[in-house]
Amino acid sequence: MRSLLYIVTALAVIGLAFWAYRENYQTQSEIARSEQINKEIGHARARLTVLRAEWAYLNRPDRLRDLTEVNYERLGLLPLRPDQFGKVDQVAFPLPPEPELVITNPVDVSGMNGADEAVTRGDGVFP
Amino acid sequence: MIRTPLRPLARILEARASGENPDAIERENLRIRHEQMCDSARNRAEGRLLILSVMFFCAFGVIGARMSVLASTDPQEPRAASSGAAILAQRADITDRHGRILATNFETHSLYAQPKQMVDKERVAAELAAIFPDLNQEKMLKNFTGSRKFLWIKKKLSPEQKQAVHDIGDPGLLFGPREMRLYPNGKLAAHVMGGASFGREGVHAAEVIGVAGVEKFFDEELRNPAREGAPLALSIDLTVQAAAEEVLYGGMKLMNAKGAASVLMDVKTGEIISIVSLPDFDPNKRPSPLVEGDASDSPLFNRAVQGVYELGSAYKIFTAAQAMDLNLVNHKTMIDTGKALRVGGFNIGEFEKKNYGVLSIDDIIVKSSNRGTGRMALQIGVQRQKEFMKTMGFMDYTPLEIVEAKGGKPLYPERWTDLSAVTISYGHGISNSPLHLAAGYAAIANGGTYVPPTILKRSQAPEGRRVMREDTAMYARNMLRMVVTEGTASFGEVPGYAVGGKTGTADKPKERGGGYYKNKVIATFASLFPAHDPKYVLVVTLDEPTETSSKKPRRTAGWTAVPVAAEMIGRVAPLLGLRPEIEPGELAGITLTSN
Repeated sequence: MRSLLYIVTALAVIGLAFWAYRENYQTQSEIARSEQINKEIGHARARLTVLRAEWAYLNRPDRLRDLTEVNYERLGLLPLRPDQFGKVDQVAFPLPPEPELVITNPVDVSGMNGADEAVTRGDGVFP
Repeated sequence: MIRTPLRPLARILEARASGENPDAIERENLRIRHEQMCDSARNRAEGRLLILSVMFFCAFGVIGARMSVLASTDPQEPRAASSGAAILAQRADITDRHGRILATNFETHSLYAQPKQMVDKERVAAELAAIFPDLNQEKMLKNFTGSRKFLWIKKKLSPEQKQAVHDIGDPGLLFGPREMRLYPNGKLAAHVMGGASFGREGVHAAEVIGVAGVEKFFDEELRNPAREGAPLALSIDLTVQAAAEEVLYGGMKLMNAKGAASVLMDVKTGEIISIVSLPDFDPNKRPSPLVEGDASDSPLFNRAVQGVYELGSAYKIFTAAQAMDLNLVNHKTMIDTGKALRVGGFNIGEFEKKNYGVLSIDDIIVKSSNRGTGRMALQIGVQRQKEFMKTMGFMDYTPLEIVEAKGGKPLYPERWTDLSAVTISYGHGISNSPLHLAAGYAAIANGGTYVPPTILKRSQAPEGRRVMREDTAMYARNMLRMVVTEGTASFGEVPGYAVGGKTGTADKPKERGGGYYKNKVIATFASLFPAHDPKYVLVVTLDEPTETSSKKPRRTAGWTAVPVAAEMIGRVAPLLGLRPEIEPGELAGITLTSN
């Protein structure tokens, strides 16, 4: 009985030690990983700042103004003026959709007995 | 285990047969047994002691090893988690009201030299001079060969320059990381931004400090790590600012002015949507201040905020508004402006010695009569006028959040005499910045409350102090509208925006004192639009304009500042989202009748 208790205790100690060891190493690797990710975030942030600065630099008003002037023939852009405002009722309603092709004089192409059918229909055989 | 019997029968019988005492055999055996027990007990105890000592040895060995490891390595905090807060830029961005970047940070490198480690000093000096044309080769060589151990060569490098320096390949040239302030829009809103430079510098980092404008005013705030990099949102609108700068620059050139300023302000919230001062500069390469001559000639000088000028007749509306507010007059009261007005030994005359005769208050503003407003000022009295000017903020610097605002301290007479009251009533004898005037007009425009102007984006209108009644403000607005429809500012009409405003043309005082220049004026147009429901106030000021389309050069604001302001309103109002609309006409008088 006693020796069983010893064995169980020893096993428990070994098991706990193994668990603690594993947790410790897992934590350390997670910390290292999160540090690596933080570093990557930092780099990404720095890159983002550069990209934002570049975006702002490329979209600066005087550059856009020069570009619209250079490309006036293609874009036809001018500064916004008060007379460019419109009202909703100045906008034309969309045209009614083109009617689909209406067949006014159908040509019978169904075959030889088309005339017979017409005759039978005329005779009131079909409801 | 087979135990040896204490009295083995064979030996007992033998001993009895030979007559010996058998008890001796028993004693002997007992002794032997005791000895065996002692031996085994000792062995066991010795084994235990051995194990114990080995264990103690191991334990102390581990402790000793751990201690020596701890003693020989760098100290390190035990951690259960890694921190999530990443290091952000050391200075927050500045954006406009829609989040577009006005100032941001940029990573770059600085270049320094350690001459002791340099291999070929002459070649390094020659190649550096080839890369940076602004560096002096001989001076550098002198520095390298002298006793110096360390010297800065360049504070900021472009990536191309850095590569070129790398290619020199000398171990004595070293780079340090730098964060620099970048204004991607260049000259745009230069006076608001101010600029930044390096403070304390080390090899691995340098402090970026604001030197002017909002950068200096909010220096602490922008560098505060608790912000976590949240950008500072200004009230400036980037597109409106760009359009205003373009129009004002064109107007300044067209009117041959040497400088110009404009302020566009939201009348309800007090936000400055655009503030321009020309000539301007590039905050990325902030020029050094002038060491001689007039500081106001430097592009660094902010005319809109620092430039205090006598802004002339644009003040007349305040006199009229105060007189109406005090119930001294109403807008139809007739005043004889034909009679000579002599105050303190001076004759008060009209522009070009005109004589307007008897005018209503409306017409005094429309025709811009000096004598008319002078008479109102005399009725108001010195004390009340002074108090009113104080509540309108004309006697203190503006609370705008840029450091230059404190430089725009108004000038007014120490002794406020009747003569001062009369001249101040038409805008002479008191000097204010265009921003002061804009804030004053905003009070008329928003129905009589003074809202302090701000450069920061506001989410709601602040509680302003009431400076006049609402109906007074309404009559004043009608007068301003009439100035445009039938008065001196007829060029100010912008179809659809019902501009109201007042011109002001003031002779420039001579710098050394002793009167005024004959042919140098400050032309101002202070306007609000749309007059029936004002949303914005625009003040345009031109410094020494001359309009030369006719034979005689014209300098009055009606010919110079007003067309520029009208063009500006036509450009910026659509950008501000204002639709042109038909001005509501005056309602026909309806008389309610009932029995």
